[in-house]
Amino acid sequence: MKVARVIPCLDVDEGRVVKGVNFVDLVDAGDPVELAARYDKQGADELVFLDITASSGNRDTIVELARRTAEEVFIPFTIGGGIRSVEDARRLLRAGADKTSVMTSAVQRPELVTEMANEFGSQCVVVAIDARRSTDADAPPSGFEVFTHGGRNRTGIDAVAWAQEADRLGAGEILLTSMDRDGTRDGFDIQLTAAVSNAVGIPVIASGGVGSLDHLVEGVTEGHADAVLAASIFHFGEHTVGDAKDAMTSAGITVRPSD
Amino acid sequence: MSRPLVAVLDYGIGNLRSAQKSLERVGADARLTADAGLIADASAVVLPGVGAFGPVVEAIRSAGLDQIAVDAAASGRPFLGICVGMQAMYEGSEESPGVAGLGILPGLIKELPSTVKRPQMQWNKLVVADGARQSPLLASLPDGGDGAWVYFVHSYAAVPDDFTLATCDYGGPAVAAVQSGMAFATQFHPEKSSQNGLAILKNFVDLAAGRLRTVEASTA
Repeated sequence: MKVARVIPCLDVDEGRVVKGVNFVDLVDAGDPVELAARYDKQGADELVFLDITASSGNRDTIVELARRTAEEVFIPFTIGGGIRSVEDARRLLRAGADKTSVMTSAVQRPELVTEMANEFGSQCVVVAIDARRSTDADAPPSGFEVFTHGGRNRTGIDAVAWAQEADRLGAGEILLTSMDRDGTRDGFDIQLTAAVSNAVGIPVIASGGVGSLDHLVEGVTEGHADAVLAASIFHFGEHTVGDAKDAMTSAGITVRPSD
Repeated sequence: MSRPLVAVLDYGIGNLRSAQKSLERVGADARLTADAGLIADASAVVLPGVGAFGPVVEAIRSAGLDQIAVDAAASGRPFLGICVGMQAMYEGSEESPGVAGLGILPGLIKELPSTVKRPQMQWNKLVVADGARQSPLLASLPDGGDGAWVYFVHSYAAVPDDFTLATCDYGGPAVAAVQSGMAFATQFHPEKSSQNGLAILKNFVDLAAGRLRTVEASTA
């Protein structure tokens, strides 16, 4: 039985939750641990914290967040952002994170994925991919290009091929974000989601663009994602995770009910 | 009320903090430890584990905890293996041919069928075996745990046998929980299964505190 997961995402800057609109305008939406506990009560299946703190030198704030979350919230949570080494990941896992997500550092040095998988097991290693459509003459074959550094730097790498490579290197999951859709509320990039989901053997989390409950449904039914991630529709109280589960159940998707 | 000492075996692998904090939440004095004396004094012992079978078993051996775990599981004190900690209790695994498990439970851990995505990384429903609803691990849950949602992350699983308390459906029945005497094990992560998981851990801690009557599953 395949059971789709609903995952609220909390962007964290200096220990506070924010949600980027196209990664530029940031609005404070509260304390991450309180918000996490609220989502647990609502029936969230997992949580993702993305650390977007600009000063990359200080890792203590995010480690402390993992520590506090593990004391209060008893569902799986992933921490991503700024993880550059096995040691960075180890600190977060020892503090209580269940999974660590790598993006830029994995593109720069793909062996990191294998090193982490060997050290902690694949289930602890999420490879995050920020992808954007490209119509340039030198666009990669799938038409989706990998971007790094929070979406600022193009790499020329094909997003679908990179997802397959991450699977081969030992990733346990792909967190796939459409940079074209992120912050737009126009829905997931279904073509991108389906292309990656159908190309890899590991679970794919669809991300970027959710503005309605129907978008979550589409991510699973048309994008073939194993999990759907959203931020603002949950953070500002428009919808609860329970609403999301109800909409998905009505569409014939199996989810863990939120009581 | 006294908080029973629960030793969480620490052999340097994975996220043990969640296991510790969840046990504390349901009333245990939970310690991460590899100290033989402390483990001998504990009212109950937990063997967590994440990653691959071979490295986990090797790490348990390197930490000198293999015989300690075997003895604890046979001591009549409540014992709980979690995820790959559960798998390590068996004789071996298809994941790591040639690596002997602890042999607390008979049989081999098998890979999940190729018809489904591996790992199973999701919540799934427990299907409690006939006669297993009275198991002290699950008894406090509605319907003896049948239909309870819990969180799984695994690519390998035990094969149903007489020790099986519950399975989940993932390309066929995969063993989710077992009991042999006072030795329990869950393939799922109770420490990551929200209220249901905490209820299961509370049953375990209550057993350790002598607050729960000992009823063995009729299948065990």
